[in-house]
Amino acid sequence: MNTGEILGVVVASVLLLIVVGVFFIRRPGREETSLVVDRPAPAVSLSSRLAKTRNALSGRLSGLFGGPLNDAFWDQLEETLIAADIGPVTSARIVDQVKASKPVDGQAARTSLRDEMVAGLTGPDRSFHMTTRPSVILVVGVNGTGKTTSIAKLARRLQHEEKRVVLGAADTFRAGAIDQLRMWADRLGVEFVDAETGADPASVAYRAIERARATDADVVIVDTAGRLHNNKNLMEQLAKVVRVLEREAGEIDNVMLVVDATTGQNGIVQAEAFVGVAPVNGIILTKMDGTAKGGVVAAIEHETGVPVRFIGVGESMDDLVPFEPAAFVDALLD
Amino acid sequence: MFDNLTNRFSDVFRQISGKGKIREQDLDEVLRDVRMALLEADVNVGVAGNLLRRVRERALGSEVQQSLTPGQQIIKVVNEELIQTLGSDTAELAKPTKPPLIISMVGLQGSGKTTSAGKLAKQLKDAGKRPILVAADLQRPAAIEQLIVLGERVGVPVYSEQKSKPARLVKAALKEADRMGNDVVIIDTAGRLQIDKELMDELADVSKVAQPDETLLVVDAMTGQVAVDVAQGFLDRIRVTGIVMSKLDGDARGGAAISVREVTGCPIKFAGVGEGLDQFEVFHPERMASRILGMGDVLTLIEKAETAFDEEEAERTAEKMARNEFDLDDFLDQMSKLRKMGPLKQLLGMIPGASAALAGADVDEADLSRVEAIIRSMTAAERSNPNLIDKSRKQRIARGSGSTTQAVTALLKQFGQAKQMMSAVMSGGAMPSLEALQNPGAFGGGVATKQRPVQTGPVRGQNRVKGKKKKKK
Repeated sequence: MNTGEILGVVVASVLLLIVVGVFFIRRPGREETSLVVDRPAPAVSLSSRLAKTRNALSGRLSGLFGGPLNDAFWDQLEETLIAADIGPVTSARIVDQVKASKPVDGQAARTSLRDEMVAGLTGPDRSFHMTTRPSVILVVGVNGTGKTTSIAKLARRLQHEEKRVVLGAADTFRAGAIDQLRMWADRLGVEFVDAETGADPASVAYRAIERARATDADVVIVDTAGRLHNNKNLMEQLAKVVRVLEREAGEIDNVMLVVDATTGQNGIVQAEAFVGVAPVNGIILTKMDGTAKGGVVAAIEHETGVPVRFIGVGESMDDLVPFEPAAFVDALLD
Repeated sequence: MFDNLTNRFSDVFRQISGKGKIREQDLDEVLRDVRMALLEADVNVGVAGNLLRRVRERALGSEVQQSLTPGQQIIKVVNEELIQTLGSDTAELAKPTKPPLIISMVGLQGSGKTTSAGKLAKQLKDAGKRPILVAADLQRPAAIEQLIVLGERVGVPVYSEQKSKPARLVKAALKEADRMGNDVVIIDTAGRLQIDKELMDELADVSKVAQPDETLLVVDAMTGQVAVDVAQGFLDRIRVTGIVMSKLDGDARGGAAISVREVTGCPIKFAGVGEGLDQFEVFHPERMASRILGMGDVLTLIEKAETAFDEEEAERTAEKMARNEFDLDDFLDQMSKLRKMGPLKQLLGMIPGASAALAGADVDEADLSRVEAIIRSMTAAERSNPNLIDKSRKQRIARGSGSTTQAVTALLKQFGQAKQMMSAVMSGGAMPSLEALQNPGAFGGGVATKQRPVQTGPVRGQNRVKGKKKKKK
């Protein structure tokens, strides 16, 4: 850099600082307009104000569809969709589509809305793939979505279909994860491939397939550690697990991404990241027994083409049911 | 953490920074975009609505309209409202009159209670406390084992019973803590849905027995709209005293922090920022709000600037610039103040947009010293009137500063152009675009770079950072 250029940068900096300084520093009544506000938030009033918002939100759709089709109607409709985590952009698009269908009254709008949304979720093949033997199911997702519990429920379903199942404890990171899966395996009475904490997950996955072959099992389900999708190292580790499984099994029949229904718009980024490192071909939407609507999966299906296969609806082992678009949409608009 | 939202806001506000008076129509357009950004960031739709209503009222009020820079003022209003919602207090844990400090961790399944309990135990242990962890999650298989392993890792005892009821277990754990002289008791409760009556009853029982000084609601940073319901559900049954935002090392926009904070009114006390047990931080609302707003580290910058410059001086300098009287002495003075604030590169990084726009401007502090040396080699008369500097003076200055006459010439030429620009900016024009700043030629007669006209009029759209109209007294 020559002297002139340096001077330029310095002048630019001084100028920026002066502008920043003049703008922010010399301001009469700074205490009031200062960027740093010291007063504590008025907790009570905020909370009560929000309680009102909440009450206004819940159950207003039923009343909504009986009312006139004015601006307030469309605004409320949009807000309801947003409140279900469908996301502001998709919600606006859906509302526009419903508007374009020129409904004559609220009921017609509701029908149109339901149809639009169900249509948006219809198409992808939601059946379970079983092409290899043993057929491999790899379960992935961010931390705390319910992977291990979902595996127990999946194993239970497969048992009902008279399949012999092996569970592989490839979450060797989270403290207690291996114990958790072992307890489920014991309760279900299925084969369990143990691991040491800190062991290489790919080697656990390999041993799980070996065990499935040795015991003539139909399905091997491999648990993995929860990982944030922006953690490069952990995503590479997952890619390695995928490589090993593909090498051993020829193909991973089902890579299930577990998505927590309470997840907001970040779910889309999550799904895209996991699809990027593993051949994800199904989603398990968990914790649908709460008040969360799980609307983000609509956007996930739209963006990644990966269909939701199952939803988790409770604490018991039988609480994993196939995803049905119509039922899902009805619950969402409830 | 809040990068995505930050980017959104940057886009939105770039459109209005420096516009003149705000018309209601413009305001609505901007607020619509702000709303979109908030919603995409998972701020609850009701919370976002409340926030925007408050911003709108204030934006249409005299405070903004009478301001000479309404665009800036709106940014401030939004920022203030965000800070206010996030909470401006960097909250500390309660200090009970008589030990132990009893902390209860509550939340949905998978929100990160057990990990947070382990991290908190480590932090308190490192601070010289003697915590004990209590494994009161009797629901999830192996939850007890998980806590025991965490306890081993951080070197903190864990109280557990295999077959028990949470309330009974907690009572026994408190006795144990008393016996062992533990001054902090951290209770890890089972994850539960806020609408699960049975489990919420159980939690209420535990709270009754434990009488915790702190009940920390652990909220996953990725949580969507439902964060509001969850917080309210817990609040309805137990006294929540604080929030822990977990998984903030993800790339979630983290709007749930705003939602939960507004519903509960409880401070966000901690942030989980990684897999490691020491990755547990105090939550900083102001920083977070400024990030959300795309203000970069402007707050830090302002703090630094406030220590280096005082109001009157900043004003005097601005006046001087406006009257085209800013001389090399002033420049030297400003530069040394600037350097006291830290490395220039770091400072530039704090100005939103500047780091990107000035990319490639790899400022070496040694180069700055060279410029300083050249100016210091001038006489007082030369510094206040650079026109005096002829060829022989240049040679003397070059010798005195150990540089070349070409360097001295370049510096003088640049300074002359820069002075003109400063004058233009300060006397009613606007900031030059950063694109112009990036190209040293924008200062006119750049040595090896192409010429660019000095911008004097208001700069349109994309590249401007701050609009500043001259403030009349």
